Amino acid sequence: MADFFSTYVLPVLIITGQSLAMMVALLLIIAYLLYFDRKIWAAVQLRRGPNVVGPWGLLQSFADFLKFVVKEPVIPAPADRAIFLLAPLVTVILALSAWAVMPVAAGWVIADINVGILYVFAISSLGVYGVIMGGWASNSKYPFLGALRSAAQMVSYEVSIGFVIITVLLCVGSLNLTDIVESQRSSWGMFGWYWLPLLPMFVIFFISALAETNRPPFDLPEAESELVAGYMVEYSSTPYLLFMLGEYVAITLMCALMTVLFLGGWLPPFEFAPFTWIPGVFWFLLKVVLVFFMFGMVKAFVPRYRYDQLMRLGWKVFLPLSLAMVVIVAGVLQVTGWAP
Amino acid sequence: MAIAGLFFYLFATITVASAFMVIASRNPVYSVLFLILAFVNSAGLFILLGAEFLAMILVVVYVGAVAVLFLFVVMMLDVDFAELREGFLQYLPVGGLVGFILAAELIIVVGAWTLAPELTASPKLPIPNPSEMTNTEALGRVLYTEYVYFFQAAGMILLVAMVGAIVLTLRHKEGVKRQIIADQVARTPATAIEVRKVESGKGI
Repeated sequence: MADFFSTYVLPVLIITGQSLAMMVALLLIIAYLLYFDRKIWAAVQLRRGPNVVGPWGLLQSFADFLKFVVKEPVIPAPADRAIFLLAPLVTVILALSAWAVMPVAAGWVIADINVGILYVFAISSLGVYGVIMGGWASNSKYPFLGALRSAAQMVSYEVSIGFVIITVLLCVGSLNLTDIVESQRSSWGMFGWYWLPLLPMFVIFFISALAETNRPPFDLPEAESELVAGYMVEYSSTPYLLFMLGEYVAITLMCALMTVLFLGGWLPPFEFAPFTWIPGVFWFLLKVVLVFFMFGMVKAFVPRYRYDQLMRLGWKVFLPLSLAMVVIVAGVLQVTGWAP
Repeated sequence: MAIAGLFFYLFATITVASAFMVIASRNPVYSVLFLILAFVNSAGLFILLGAEFLAMILVVVYVGAVAVLFLFVVMMLDVDFAELREGFLQYLPVGGLVGFILAAELIIVVGAWTLAPELTASPKLPIPNPSEMTNTEALGRVLYTEYVYFFQAAGMILLVAMVGAIVLTLRHKEGVKRQIIADQVARTPATAIEVRKVESGKGI
């Protein structure tokens, strides 16, 4: 019995505890990232942003949360009830499950698996199902158009994200996220991280991440001036909250992925005394917030793309560029003998 | 290993049940969603086998791309099921034949595997120990060395198929205004704007 406890029950309890801690921390951070996002947007437009609930509006996200939860969920009569309610759940569960492999500091990871980066890529490529299912199940014009748009958009930009990931993997020689971060450690500090040697890929990944998470200027699936709110039109109260939450978790995941792939994860920017004293999780969070700040700024001042321009950018600009970079980086690594 | 067995039966049952629902459900969108469930659960089966790379690729390629396009097409179809059911008997012989051939092949393969295990247990390259080499590395070593020409040929076939699909749907309409990005970007103040002095009370 004691054997059973130590081999099965204890690990399950530990993993559950870790997952819960991760989720609570993540959701708290996202509550403030939402607030941060709205504040950035407001500051760019010379507004005050949320400033009523709590000091400086700090409790705004929690007030929104409560309001969503206590409202009545409305399900349209012609909607497909099962899929209609399944869609937001799919979005939020997939977005949260990708965090299982994300290393937030040295050794701070729930599942340190060999194919970590592929797992994140696979899960983030499933995010499109929440949108498609929601759009189809609403049984209404605008949601359906939004779903069709997002299906094409997310599949297109996944291709270039895949190539960017391959380029980084060529430099690392491993698919493990911890190895990817550790391979960026050098005496050069922050100038040895991959954002500098792979700068074009960093830019491509940033823009593709915007498109993959339906952030402005690529928020065509929910373009409010054309499609009202796209696939979310018919959603209200908690299902809407779940969609919104899933979207922000996916955005934070993309920020974390950029941090791990290009900005050295939890590594300090310089490898000497005052910087190395600060714990890694702080650096990780700082970098995630920095990338999120860029996401927020782009949302605030870039106008929305037209759909044909979006497709052109994905297939005719990013795909050839990233494909060429894979070949060039592989060639350079092979010729110079730097390949791991 | 009890846990692994439990998960095997869980994944296997869901895979088979959702595969059945793919053909049994009346709504084609449900069929595709069940197909996706079957894919995800077979990825789980791959993980139980220790083939983590294959599992992830299955999810990325089939669930993340192929099934999205399936769903995309099926959602836009307006399928009339009464009409489909009328033709059921007409297509039964062909469908039955395909099913029979598939079943026969499966029986032959499994039969050969159980009767003469030495045939399948002699791969050209030795299977490396998973503790020494990761999945990805082992697959890469086989694909890019021993089978590189087959791998390239498969890639070429896919490329030709893609070009074919594009050629079939590409048509140039006359008189359609297209955006030429290079021209737009190449515009300078000298070519784009003109400054004129307008006398008061007169237009241009």
